[in-house]
Amino acid sequence: MTELEKDIQELREKKAVVEMGGGEAAIEKQIAMGKMTARERILSLLDKNSFHEYDMFVKHDGRDFGMDKKELPGDGVVTGTGTIFGAPVCIYAQDFTVAGGSLGLQHARKITKIMDHALKMKCPIIGINDSGGARIQEGVGALAGYGEIFYRNTIASGVIPQISLILGPCAGGAVYSPALTDFVFVVENISKMFITGPNVIKTVLGEDISMEDLGGARVHAEITGNAHFYAKSEQECFEQVKRLVTFIPWNNHQRAKAFEPKEPSAIMNIEEVVPSDPKQPYDVRDVIKCIVDDSDFLEIQEMWASNIVIGFGRMAGETVGFVANQPMVLAGVLDCDSADKAARFIRFCDSFNIPIITLEDMPGYLPGVDQEHAGVIRHGAKVLYAYSEATVPKITVILRKAYGGGYIAMNSRHLGADFVFAWPSAEIAVMGPEGAANIIFRKEIMAAENQEAMRQEKVKEYTEKFANPYVAAARGFIDSVIEPKETRSLLLHALKFSESKEEYRPAKKHGLPPF
Amino acid sequence: MEEEKKELVDFVVTARKYKTTLTEKFKHRQVWKKPYAGDVISHLPGTIVELEVKEGDHVEAGQLLLVHQAMKMLNRVLSPVSGVVSAVNVQVGEHIPKDHLMVKIKI
Repeated sequence: MTELEKDIQELREKKAVVEMGGGEAAIEKQIAMGKMTARERILSLLDKNSFHEYDMFVKHDGRDFGMDKKELPGDGVVTGTGTIFGAPVCIYAQDFTVAGGSLGLQHARKITKIMDHALKMKCPIIGINDSGGARIQEGVGALAGYGEIFYRNTIASGVIPQISLILGPCAGGAVYSPALTDFVFVVENISKMFITGPNVIKTVLGEDISMEDLGGARVHAEITGNAHFYAKSEQECFEQVKRLVTFIPWNNHQRAKAFEPKEPSAIMNIEEVVPSDPKQPYDVRDVIKCIVDDSDFLEIQEMWASNIVIGFGRMAGETVGFVANQPMVLAGVLDCDSADKAARFIRFCDSFNIPIITLEDMPGYLPGVDQEHAGVIRHGAKVLYAYSEATVPKITVILRKAYGGGYIAMNSRHLGADFVFAWPSAEIAVMGPEGAANIIFRKEIMAAENQEAMRQEKVKEYTEKFANPYVAAARGFIDSVIEPKETRSLLLHALKFSESKEEYRPAKKHGLPPF
Repeated sequence: MEEEKKELVDFVVTARKYKTTLTEKFKHRQVWKKPYAGDVISHLPGTIVELEVKEGDHVEAGQLLLVHQAMKMLNRVLSPVSGVVSAVNVQVGEHIPKDHLMVKIKI
């Protein structure tokens, strides 16, 4: 054996030790919890043979409480670079088999190093979280580590896409990194996220709740809105991540990769999807499927605030973001949650050069004390802000109802829409005919012998005069009234026409959206 | 599709009834009730360490009623209104839960 061969042999042995993470027993425990190991996860997510690991030999910083005698392979986190469908990504995965994936300063420094790399190379960063939290033995060093990660999440925001997978516990300060990123993925029975755990809540507040009920995958996918994608297994989660990566660009200077254009494949007649009675519901996702290439739509936050639908599709091969009111749920009203959901998505699209198509059919804002007291004013305002601020191509199709504040909010011409189309079934008015008639004709109705008959007559009169697209069209608030069947071809025309769109905003440090 | 249709309910938005479905969050929302200004309610569970009033006392708004230890803090609970103490539901040393009506003041 030559000297070099000996050196190589030693290197291989050293690497093999690190690759075993916390050792066989710990790996068995990880598997028993239904979880994959950190390296398995990375290899499942990335293209075959594309992963290159960094910093395998980093040593932890613990000097107290006997930590100086402990070996923590890789300091409990695996970092590196690789590709997904050929797109470069930086990635890190916390290794729960090593000291419970706890975060010490060097563990954090490995993460921040790969984040810095992603920001410099302008490629997406993917973080796989599976950690018991701060490594208490390292004390304030662990806190420093979290802070340095949050800072980079913020600096990278809007520059490179940031994706978080919660594949284990993610508690306390640790939750703020995913919260600062663009897309959070959770898996049933595996993901747990909360600021304070069930034990603390029980001690302090006397409220008894399980980890799953407090911050399980479903809670974040359905109630809190902290998660964007929900999967039944880790493998399904990785497929979702890969699919998402195909729709987004590598960074804010690029556009998402274009695919081969395809016709919609849904066997549906767009004219039959939307009932003519504005009070009857339908699934607006069917309209989207009639419009996008191959009827392929990637919905985001499907289970939370489902009165609005957001997600990506492609038109002529190019990624487009969709924002659509969903009459099937809560009549498609805007409320605190749906406004938050739409606004954040619009800002993502704007940051990453993705045109936005808005499909509008909404009766207004959700009435209710809980809504008003929850601050629907400032939440609702986020939608106005996000649309107004966005400079990517913005196209609206009004399918049916566009009433009041909702009409303004849903990417109206007044907020800077580039194209506004309306179907002949559109009703663009200050409010629904019933409400409007009650106010405008109050005196006549009150004075009538048969008030109900008079009310009906006045509702009919208002409907005929105002519940149509032509009053708005007469003022140029909409560009054209179109036949439903023309929707896709006109959207393609509008997108083609917006390809070299340039629009500027006054220079400023940053705006002040109503957070 | 058939199953989904069954769940449709009437939902009123500005004088018009729409057929739609409801979210779990909406169904479970708290119905608002007007709070009574003279009810002094605990916002956290904790221990009463001082009690400065008894039933029948006249109190001024801003006057100290009791000290409630919670979240490692000695919280001074002041009277929200002026009036007469009509009920004192706590005693010194007692551990109370969250949302406990500690003192009632008749305005």
